[in-house]
Amino acid sequence: MQDIDHFRAEVSHWLNENCPKTMRTPMPDDEICWGGREFAFVSDDQRLWLNRMAARGWTVPAWPKKYGGGGLNGAQQKILAEQMQAINARSPLQSFGIGMLGPALLEFGSEAQKLHYLPQIASGEIRWCQGYSEPDAGSDLASIKTAGVDEGDYFSVTGQKIWTSYADKADWIFCLVRTEPDAKKHKGISFLLFDMTSQGVSTKPIELISGESVFCETFFDAVKVPKQNIVGGRGQGWTIAKYLLNHEREMIGGSDLLFGGADVCALASAQIGVDENGRLNDSILRAELAKFIIDEMAFDAHLAMTKNYMRAGNQLGARSAELKYLGTELNQQRQNHIMAIGGLGALIWSSHNNQTHQTPRQWLRSKANSIEGGTSEIMLSILAKAVLKMPS
Amino acid sequence: MDFKLTEDRRMLEDTISRFLADKYSISKRNDIAYSETGHSAQIWAEMAELGIVAALFTEIEGGFVGQGFDIALVFEALGRALCPEPFLGALLTGKALAAGGAEHADWLNSIVSGEKIGAVAFEEDQSHYQLQHVATSATKTASGYLINGNKAVVTHVEAADIIIISARLSGNVDDQSGLGIFAVAADIAGLEIQDYANVEGGRSGQLTLTNVALPPEALLAEGDAAFELLETIAGYAHLALSAEALGIMEVLKFSTIEFLNLRQQFGVPIGKFQALQHRMVELVLDIEQARSAVINASTLPCDKIDRAKRLSAAKLTVSATGTKVAEEAIQMHGGIGMTWEMPVSHFAKRLVMIEHLFGDEDYHLARYIELSKV
Repeated sequence: MQDIDHFRAEVSHWLNENCPKTMRTPMPDDEICWGGREFAFVSDDQRLWLNRMAARGWTVPAWPKKYGGGGLNGAQQKILAEQMQAINARSPLQSFGIGMLGPALLEFGSEAQKLHYLPQIASGEIRWCQGYSEPDAGSDLASIKTAGVDEGDYFSVTGQKIWTSYADKADWIFCLVRTEPDAKKHKGISFLLFDMTSQGVSTKPIELISGESVFCETFFDAVKVPKQNIVGGRGQGWTIAKYLLNHEREMIGGSDLLFGGADVCALASAQIGVDENGRLNDSILRAELAKFIIDEMAFDAHLAMTKNYMRAGNQLGARSAELKYLGTELNQQRQNHIMAIGGLGALIWSSHNNQTHQTPRQWLRSKANSIEGGTSEIMLSILAKAVLKMPS
Repeated sequence: MDFKLTEDRRMLEDTISRFLADKYSISKRNDIAYSETGHSAQIWAEMAELGIVAALFTEIEGGFVGQGFDIALVFEALGRALCPEPFLGALLTGKALAAGGAEHADWLNSIVSGEKIGAVAFEEDQSHYQLQHVATSATKTASGYLINGNKAVVTHVEAADIIIISARLSGNVDDQSGLGIFAVAADIAGLEIQDYANVEGGRSGQLTLTNVALPPEALLAEGDAAFELLETIAGYAHLALSAEALGIMEVLKFSTIEFLNLRQQFGVPIGKFQALQHRMVELVLDIEQARSAVINASTLPCDKIDRAKRLSAAKLTVSATGTKVAEEAIQMHGGIGMTWEMPVSHFAKRLVMIEHLFGDEDYHLARYIELSKV
């Protein structure tokens, strides 16, 4: 107990000394630090904050120190998170390397792979993207066709991925490739890592209804991938993909991005006005918001318990689908409420001086929540079969 | 995800679950619940003997644990067995007597030990869950109080030895001020009970009080403290009923999944059909949300507003989800779910009853809004 108190005091002191003042304000989406070779820091403070946190291993507090992590146990991780929250410290680095590839490498990578790739993720040097979906392999992901032909020392990879988040900004890709054409559907896939600057790689952003272009089409034309870049052995790709999808779902369902948003009540009070008792003037909206807040409160408790469970070293497995389903449904409700509060004005796309309006864009963006990372319907099917053990 | 179970709590849960599994088959339970008394004096005595009533109370109150988590744990286990014994009355009567101070120690001890059965009579014909709506009058006299009026749908009132009553000392029928909370012996002169059966088994009754003369010490609280005590007692009811509903929902969840996996139509188990799989999972996720809401309430925070908000959030969530679970469980069972013989119908009916005890979904939504100034 004393050790823990000591640790808390030390963390609090260090954060106070080292977290720049400008990194203690709410973080708009366009100020997230993603890292990577080409990343343009929004300020010197942002760069400084990343470097200081990375030097302590606190961009990835749970990872072992030898891989660039903080080597913190569950209780210590919780304290770090609490102390960061206490001073409103921004997350120093956010990436698919941290949330997805890292956990997969820790579980399935060789020691050499861990020592090579993990520190680059922790420091923010290399930004990763995920090559999963293809035009004809969406919910039925295991039917991917991108082929890796065995050429002795390397695979020659040809095919197309789609919905690759930030492929145009990423340095490397972790990618599902069919390397065993004669094996059964799920057994013929390998998990390959390669540099996006390799000969034969090209990307094309996809414009979405939100006006954003987060996702890309990604093309591979005879890309040479050295065989040592395979994770977990030939034909092991599906096992890793499933493991990693669980992480992705935990991340989407538990994302602070989903729930760090505006306080809908404050928004509604400002927009619609309140009566002499401080309650919203619109009694129907008032009831709907109250129900939403009650649901959100339950989900927050669920999330807190889940985080404790995971910090204790447990894995959610297929139950990550539960978090993903509930979290995204709630976020979509939240966005719908924000639109209802905004009324007609919420539909304004940009102002007369061409400033973009975030409200309709975030609302439209949220429509993807129940599609990306596995649709809500796929989540329900996974839960039915893997958790409730219903027949397939 | 589960309640944080300490070793003691695990033992308590084991004790209750094992005892209930032993004593109740569904037909045995129904025999008891639909009997003339609505519960079994013998099983009640055995459960009290095991310390299950005492588990609802703190050491100061004469019990041995009595935290919010313990109360939730006991009632969740009672829910799983669809137990019709008067635990809720014991919890609420005991908490009221404990608030009344040292002079009520004897009655409190007899409640905690299970020797006496308690009931609370707050609802009236016109009150529709509003605790402050009290038409029953209490008139101060030279020797104490005279009580006149009616109380509606009092659970287990016929079996009760001690009844806690809200009555009005002054003011208008809907005022929060001017109330008094009284502890009354059920055999006192002028107190009449019209006892009836509930839809899900168990008994309730209408209470008529005609010039019931109470000594001064029957008063547990008056003035602002009286309404506060009403809210505190109702809060315990919200927690206990929410946890009981959770136990019932768990049973319905497992039996419905089991049924879907066994029942063959079109040559396959119907649980193979995607429409039913998704319907079932959505129900399970709703139950998970309800569980989180109950855990949130079980911490019983000291801050009064925070506590009341969490309790209303839990009761609201459990009421809405409980009704849905009741309906969906029957629908997914098909015709067989409608039969008296199948446990599912009895569990479903209790969920519907719980929705209406101590405030339904609408009541708690309005209360939550009031408390949080949405």
